[in-house]
Amino acid sequence: MKEKDIIEIRWHGRGGQGAKTACLLLADVAFSSGKHVQGFPEYGPERMGAPITAYNRISSERCSVHSNIYKPDYVVVVDETLLASVDVTSGLKESGAIIINSEKEPNDLRSLLRGYKGEVYTINARKISEETIGKNMPNTPMLAAAVKVSNVVDSDHFIKDMEASFRHKFASRPHVIEGNMKAIMKSLEEVCAG
Amino acid sequence: MGKKDRLSGNEAIAYAMKQINPDVMGAFPITPSTEIPQYFASYVANGEVDTEFVAVESEHSAMSTCYAAQAAGGRAVTATSSAGMALMWEMLYVTASARLPVTMALVNRALTGPININNDHSDSMGARDSGWIQIYSETNQEAYDNYIQAMPIGENKEVRLPVMVCQDGFITSHAVENIELIDDEDVKSFVGEYNPENYLLKKENTLAVGPYDISNYYMEHKKQQAEAMKNAKSVILSTAKKFEELTGRKYALFEEYEMEDAEAALVIIGSSAGTAREAARRLRQEGKKVGLIKIRVFRPFPMHELAAAMSGVKAVAVMDKAESFSACGGPLFAEVRSALYDLKNKPHVINYVYGLGGRDICVEHFEMIYGQLFEIAETGNPGEVYRHIGQREQEGGK
Repeated sequence: MKEKDIIEIRWHGRGGQGAKTACLLLADVAFSSGKHVQGFPEYGPERMGAPITAYNRISSERCSVHSNIYKPDYVVVVDETLLASVDVTSGLKESGAIIINSEKEPNDLRSLLRGYKGEVYTINARKISEETIGKNMPNTPMLAAAVKVSNVVDSDHFIKDMEASFRHKFASRPHVIEGNMKAIMKSLEEVCAG
Repeated sequence: MGKKDRLSGNEAIAYAMKQINPDVMGAFPITPSTEIPQYFASYVANGEVDTEFVAVESEHSAMSTCYAAQAAGGRAVTATSSAGMALMWEMLYVTASARLPVTMALVNRALTGPININNDHSDSMGARDSGWIQIYSETNQEAYDNYIQAMPIGENKEVRLPVMVCQDGFITSHAVENIELIDDEDVKSFVGEYNPENYLLKKENTLAVGPYDISNYYMEHKKQQAEAMKNAKSVILSTAKKFEELTGRKYALFEEYEMEDAEAALVIIGSSAGTAREAARRLRQEGKKVGLIKIRVFRPFPMHELAAAMSGVKAVAVMDKAESFSACGGPLFAEVRSALYDLKNKPHVINYVYGLGGRDICVEHFEMIYGQLFEIAETGNPGEVYRHIGQREQEGGK
């Protein structure tokens, strides 16, 4: 398999925000679009609020590499406060992009990105989730933003797939489905390039 | 036939257990294998299997439960990791020497000190002399496939030994990847029923299990146990053949990648074999004659087969994901080097201990090791053979 046939994504979040779940959901939707996937978290001491990392490899053929990802194509930052303490752009390809959960404009965050020259996207996942789901659950809008920017799956396919997935996951709580779907639609529209 | 899905390694093992529907599971949770009894318990609760799930108070009791259930004529399974398996220690030996083919899903985790939940092979390598067959998996798919082959191997009348199917904690146990599942009926007919001729609850032929064995008999029993482990090799191969007929997926005692004309070779176990294979693939594209051997079966150890596979190689690096504190190399190194002793043209052999407690190893590390092997082949000087890779200090503690 040629290396360029693999898209590698690294997620940064804090324990309890659902970065791992978003990573596994991305693996799910990529799988159902016919790709080979890896979705795996890096485990350390598990506690609410501690920085966590999760990874995706998405490829047309099975990828046999089982190490962490050091040169990602995309980085997704689920918690903006991590920019101060974690080197989130470490190894990030300049041809790729970083997607940050923030109410700020991308250019206002560049100074925190340790000289990263590639594309910067922001999405106000907190606001979107509070408006649609009713609480701060940033992972669903971050997942949608990651799909939109990375284009690992087609957006229409993603929407259909997520709806089916939510119907299955929230079978006993159907009222949650509408909010999550709204969060996805809003995020796909509002993700902002800088 | 079959179904394409995406599952973590733990989900894959629990699913295989569901398809097999064993008589008894005795299990106690420990990271990173906890999900296996957790998922399986929901299959039990939902009535998808009729297994008796025994929620014990310790791993010693988990293995005692399996031992007793298997002795009574049932088919027993468990799952564990690291310190959990260490607490089973006595019962591992007891189960193997009573020739009870219990099946264990081992999710490899560092056997502690300082405490660590991440992957290495120190738990199963420590148990290498307990009399269990050990089969290792690179991926979720291999964990699933190996698990389905475990009972036909262990329960074979020429073998009658317990089997542990190992996969790497977190690296495969918690990673979701594509997988091909086998239809339920095909799994059931492949695994078959467990029909031992003699068992505790057979009233026509009452039986004692586990009595004191005096010196006058003990050695004969140990010799028989050793013979059974030798017999396991051909049963593992014939089971793999049947498995290939069912699924098209090929298994052997070890996997050879580009070994035909290889001059430099790595020998490795588990998930990092995939990372090493990618390094070998890249170097092959540059025309370098590199090869890889991935050990699938560590017990019984494929001594002669490995020697044959490496008879034309100039330099070999044996990768150990366990430190054995022998002061001269890891457990796989000792056995591979011994296997090569009878070769006419012995290759140079070095050892790398890597990946302890979840320390990551990457394609670039393996590329560097292959580079060192070519240097050794050229100069004829292996230097220090017992090495570590990936740690902050250099060799010698500097």
